[in-house]
Amino acid sequence: MAVTVSVPTILRTHTGGEKSVEASGANVAELIEDLESRHSGIKSRLVTDGSLHRFVNVYVNDEDVRFAGGLEAAVNDGDNVTILPAVAGGVR
Amino acid sequence: MLWIRRDLVDAMVEHARRDHPDEACGVIAGPMGTDRPERFVEMVNAERSPTFYRFDSAEQLKVWREMDAADEEPVVIYHSHTATEAYPSRTDISYASEPGAHYVLLSTRDPESDELRSYRIADGEVTEEPVEVVEHYMFSHTGADDIPDSP
Repeated sequence: MAVTVSVPTILRTHTGGEKSVEASGANVAELIEDLESRHSGIKSRLVTDGSLHRFVNVYVNDEDVRFAGGLEAAVNDGDNVTILPAVAGGVR
Repeated sequence: MLWIRRDLVDAMVEHARRDHPDEACGVIAGPMGTDRPERFVEMVNAERSPTFYRFDSAEQLKVWREMDAADEEPVVIYHSHTATEAYPSRTDISYASEPGAHYVLLSTRDPESDELRSYRIADGEVTEEPVEVVEHYMFSHTGADDIPDSP
């Protein structure tokens, strides 16, 4: 079960500079566990208190998983997963 | 120091004024490693709010893929404040995740005067930097850039 994961610049310190890594899992949560086992420290940048961190967007193929079940979103062999930093802010 | 073409500054100001009283946001892409803002990309503020902005996630994926394919990076990430000064808020700082980008803040609080400032934001530290507005970029070391970008 290989899934290609695109890693943003800010997280490449965890992947030895690689912008794309392989991982496996049946859903986003499993995928992140698998990533963590190979790239220590990456999980805490993506997940807080059992849900996806608000500072990141995770996409399975073209779909933002926030609108597709979050960490429970299904991942299939051959999918492309993209992680991007959320770009946001506010006056406070 | 942010070196930026006047037409790009004008485009950011125009966008911020047009979306006022909501916050406006976008990026200016440039060739990887050059620190040279070139391609203006106005983004939708998915929050459509006077006090908050967020790039629409689907649009962001599309724009980030285009940059990746063109070997570009977000050189400038801009947004506007509509009632406060052009200085990053605590929320702006907590979201800032491109240490190589120039974070440009505009304020539209005064209809008569434009306020535009630029910052580096890394590890929660904000450093203001000077903004040098130029008519065009001149780089004598590469062929294509011998020709000015704007007339």
